[in-house]
Amino acid sequence: MDLRFEETSKQYVRRDGGTIDALAGINLAVASGEFVAIVGPSGCGKSTLLLLAAGLLPASGGRIVFDGQRAGRPLTALVFQEFALFEWRTVLQNVQFGLEVRGMPAAERERRARDFVRLVGLDGFETRYPSELSGGMRQRVGMARALAVDPAVLLMDEPLSALDAQTRQLMQDEILGIWDRTRTTVLYVTHNIHEAAYLADRIAVLSRRPGRVRAVVPVPFDRPRRETLLADAAFGRFTHEVWSMIRDEARTAMRDEH
Amino acid sequence: MTSISREVITFDARPPEPPAGRRYPLLRAGAIVAVLVAWQVMTAARVVPAVFLPSPASVGTELVRLSSTGDLWRSLGASVGRIAAGFGLGSAAGLLVGVLAGVSRPAEAVADPLIAAIYPIPKIALLPLLILWLGIGEAPKIAVIAVGAFFPVAIGTMSAIRDVDPLLVRAARSFGATRLQVIIKVQLPASVPIVFASLRLAAGMSLLLVVSAEMIAATAGIGYLILYAGDLMQTSRLIAGILVLSVLGLLSTAGLGALERRWFGGRARG
Repeated sequence: MDLRFEETSKQYVRRDGGTIDALAGINLAVASGEFVAIVGPSGCGKSTLLLLAAGLLPASGGRIVFDGQRAGRPLTALVFQEFALFEWRTVLQNVQFGLEVRGMPAAERERRARDFVRLVGLDGFETRYPSELSGGMRQRVGMARALAVDPAVLLMDEPLSALDAQTRQLMQDEILGIWDRTRTTVLYVTHNIHEAAYLADRIAVLSRRPGRVRAVVPVPFDRPRRETLLADAAFGRFTHEVWSMIRDEARTAMRDEH
Repeated sequence: MTSISREVITFDARPPEPPAGRRYPLLRAGAIVAVLVAWQVMTAARVVPAVFLPSPASVGTELVRLSSTGDLWRSLGASVGRIAAGFGLGSAAGLLVGVLAGVSRPAEAVADPLIAAIYPIPKIALLPLLILWLGIGEAPKIAVIAVGAFFPVAIGTMSAIRDVDPLLVRAARSFGATRLQVIIKVQLPASVPIVFASLRLAAGMSLLLVVSAEMIAATAGIGYLILYAGDLMQTSRLIAGILVLSVLGLLSTAGLGALERRWFGGRARG
């Protein structure tokens, strides 16, 4: 399913009654089955954009359009930076959560949850609790939980940012593999340009607050992508190009924060 | 990685030590044995007169006698019955009020000042009033225990639910969970550890109150047995009663612990 932001804006009301413009008129179209990364300087409203798409926050202006909606299918599912797993549930029970909430019969949802646990490579860990898993494994549970509900669009909010650098690298390949098998439409927020370039079909570059789309850059590398791509000179040139679009804004944003 | 990236290294390794309750088993058993031996030696040497501190052996003998005459079981039955009724009613009401005040801001606005005003009252001070209202039977004793058990559970549950990580609530909502589903599937289970801690507090409070109430107004129960033995200077019996209370306290804590573990279904606490 494709997803379009049309002049989507978001203002927050401050405690003192003033308003903060988080997003100003976002226009972005994501095609069905496409992997789009959103990068931008810190505080540019990247995560707000995902919360709007997930329907967890109301937009202040404009609209968000989902096309080709299939009956009974949730529009979105979120994967969180901090995993947001339910610590009192096993891996299998965590993955079942979205199905349970939607009233799927127990036997069916367990079968489905097992499939998705296998998809993210956690078979054998079904009865473990999140506290017994490493960070990378926890995030796989987060992905399985989101994918199990068969969302029209998978929204990923800095899913690898809480992981160490090596795990992050391995998880990028993991995400590519999973996406290759599901071909879900993905909207992927990250501050890491290498990650965006490695994973995405296109990169939407946001400006600093109030965020707007500065540029949408197609990623020129063929799939399937392998780790060797990271050592490629063309990859370095491309990421540098994207970085140079953000650099000045990031500097200003950094100064604003102090 | 030359880009702006934040790296948080997580440490998952836990030291392979046994839980605190199982470390140094010899030292643990030894401490109790040492106290008993010192006690026996002191009384055998007649350092203190037996009327103030009888020997462990005579306390043991008294326990056996109490048990064989049935006095122990009658007293225990009366006390445990009151605790069960009072603790059950009080903690059930506490759970209900705590959940309501935890999930609903208006309910919290109603409950908060009332709880803050009544909580600091030593509950035993309410016993005369409760006797006035409910008569001199079992009802006022059960009621004072219920009031005592209510507050820790209500306050603990309320703050536990309020403190559930908002991210978890957001995650549940992102999957389309209704308000009720968020409460039942996220806020309640996330609160279980703190709710059980407050139940343990309430159990301790119940024990305290049952003994106090029985010392003030009862003709049966462990509290009555202890007070009566004291009046007659039957010190062995008095200490035997205190030991029974100690066991009762230990059992209630162990029982709640077992219930909590069952609730968690063997969840590893990390």
